[in-house]
Amino acid sequence: MSTTSDLAVQVVEATPTQPWHKPRSEQRRDALVYLALAVVAYAIVMISGVAGPDGFALVFFVEVLLLTILRSRNIGKAKSTNAIVSTVIGAGAVVAFVPWMSIFVSLVTKGFHGLYVGYLFGDMRVTTPDDELNMGGVGHAIIGSMLMVLIATAITLPLGILSGVYLTEVRGRLTKVVRFVIQSMSGVPSIVAGLFIYTTVVTLTESFSGFAGALALSVLMLPTVARTSEEVLKLVPEDLRAASYALGARQWRSSLMVVLPTVRSGLTTAAILGVARVVGETAPLLLTALSNNAFKFNPFNGPIASMPMYVFGLLQIGTEYSIARAWSGSLVLMLIVLALFVAARRLGGKDKR
Amino acid sequence: MSQTGSISAPQNVPQKREMHVVYSTGDRIFRRIVTAGALTSLIVLALIGLFLLARGVEIFRDMGPKFITGTNWTAGSGDGIIPAEFSIGPMLAGTIVTSLIALFFAVPLSIAGALYMEFFAPAKIKSTLVSMLDLAAAIPSLFFGLWGVQVFSSMGERWAALTSHYLGWFPLFNNELEIFGRSPFIAGLVLAAMIVPIITSVSREVYSRTPRELVDSCHALGGTRWGAIRAVVLPFGRSGVVGGAMLGLGRALGETVAVYLLLNLVFKYNFNILESEGGNIASLIATKFGEATPYELKALLAAGFVLFLLTLTVNMAATAVVQRTAKAQS
Repeated sequence: MSTTSDLAVQVVEATPTQPWHKPRSEQRRDALVYLALAVVAYAIVMISGVAGPDGFALVFFVEVLLLTILRSRNIGKAKSTNAIVSTVIGAGAVVAFVPWMSIFVSLVTKGFHGLYVGYLFGDMRVTTPDDELNMGGVGHAIIGSMLMVLIATAITLPLGILSGVYLTEVRGRLTKVVRFVIQSMSGVPSIVAGLFIYTTVVTLTESFSGFAGALALSVLMLPTVARTSEEVLKLVPEDLRAASYALGARQWRSSLMVVLPTVRSGLTTAAILGVARVVGETAPLLLTALSNNAFKFNPFNGPIASMPMYVFGLLQIGTEYSIARAWSGSLVLMLIVLALFVAARRLGGKDKR
Repeated sequence: MSQTGSISAPQNVPQKREMHVVYSTGDRIFRRIVTAGALTSLIVLALIGLFLLARGVEIFRDMGPKFITGTNWTAGSGDGIIPAEFSIGPMLAGTIVTSLIALFFAVPLSIAGALYMEFFAPAKIKSTLVSMLDLAAAIPSLFFGLWGVQVFSSMGERWAALTSHYLGWFPLFNNELEIFGRSPFIAGLVLAAMIVPIITSVSREVYSRTPRELVDSCHALGGTRWGAIRAVVLPFGRSGVVGGAMLGLGRALGETVAVYLLLNLVFKYNFNILESEGGNIASLIATKFGEATPYELKALLAAGFVLFLLTLTVNMAATAVVQRTAKAQS
């Protein structure tokens, strides 16, 4: 009896170990080694002709690589290759991630100066390129973008949902073709969408307008909305449809009243992702909506401002304050995209629960 | 069978019946409406091609094959003394050169990024990285242009100067003017930064579908992490990565604003990628659109048609590859 209880005690005492994880002490030592390498790299950058953050990164990488090679002299070919390649992959990943992280950082650091309370509510009617940053604003561009995006959503959301329903519920003869076309359509260059609307709508109405801009954005938005709708509808369990049929519902009733309501927030996500996709598009608006400097609420008559065109226009002017304003406008636009993404993520989780 | 007494197969199992779906009138109307809605994307895509072709066909007729192979873009004078001549040759070459530079840098980096996220990153930061990557894929291309001009250019110019200093003997890197800003090289690098998120996320998704048992059995046989990646993950994900790279290529080919902001539009075949002249079709359209004569406008629409065909071909190929691999792997 006593032996079994001893055994039990032993079993309790056995804690899971993870031999493939480095122990704390080793981790701490590694951190110190890397810190030392960074200091050495900094010194080399200071003394030699290699300069800049890129130079530092390069020197640091070479040091780490040399260290890895030195360390893995005596552990066999497979393991040393593994160590060296791991270092190279890590470095490649850093290089791949640095540009867009740098964009986020520059947006904040460079765009921050131009922000003030009135910035979100003002327009550029009386602001000249050399006015200081306490004048002018982005309000008219926000309104313009909002109008265009709303119209584009009103057009693409029904069409996108219909496409999704076709691909998952109706499953007609053209399912494969439609899926293929939607996927390929997402690669239509934005400027081509702009040209298309220009030759049709703008030429026909003989005027640039927010509506034309919205149509151009719709062309770009439709694939995203359709694809996301399909993904969301695919998650609806087949049992739900079967249960609905078993209760005697026809296909149209079960699609409209059972399947679609269960994915309501998923479809909202589809719309939001579509908006996030097009709200920063510049090229199509360049050919369809152009830009203006004052608040405007009528999207059917004449050029209208938008967030990306606001930034683009200021960049073209190119004075110091214009460029600062361009950064601020970009920061606001990025925050809008970020907010849309967070909203999409929040909603996206809801249906599954 | 029944003589053994204990267990016998049930004698009258009902046959599985064919399911007959009878659509009611309401169903038929519903299906019509949905089909019509789903076909809009097809129709829009066809209309884009048709309208651009219809408006540009005059140029194709007037210029013939020179529209692709020539070297000049001249609106001509209104009185016809200087004849109008339109050819997108140099811009087509520029489009391809900048996109190839972008692919050259973006593909290895994206593979490294995807492998890192899937197999090396600690679980804690992995999910953060994935959602940040999603966000990065949604950064408007305008910001890449802005960042390229304002932040990256100086660094890129230094790299260009170094390359030219050490590799200038090679015609591709020759630069006699010693001016390095606004070159296809820098535009290509920024395009690379722009397409890295999309290639990375497609590749990561393919890698994540690698059968876990295969990777584990590699480890069980004493293989290292890299051994497993090389033996299983990379071959498994190859065609998916190719598809992702082609999607990225499609984006790089059609990019307007970033290239417009980063590259001096000079109408010349330029294969010395470090010299500050070049352009692509999309930036040509954006540049010339504002003050185009009616005839020139048609030429721009024709150029748009060529770009449309080019990107559509690449994208369709990419879609075919991606969908085929997804199907084969699921």
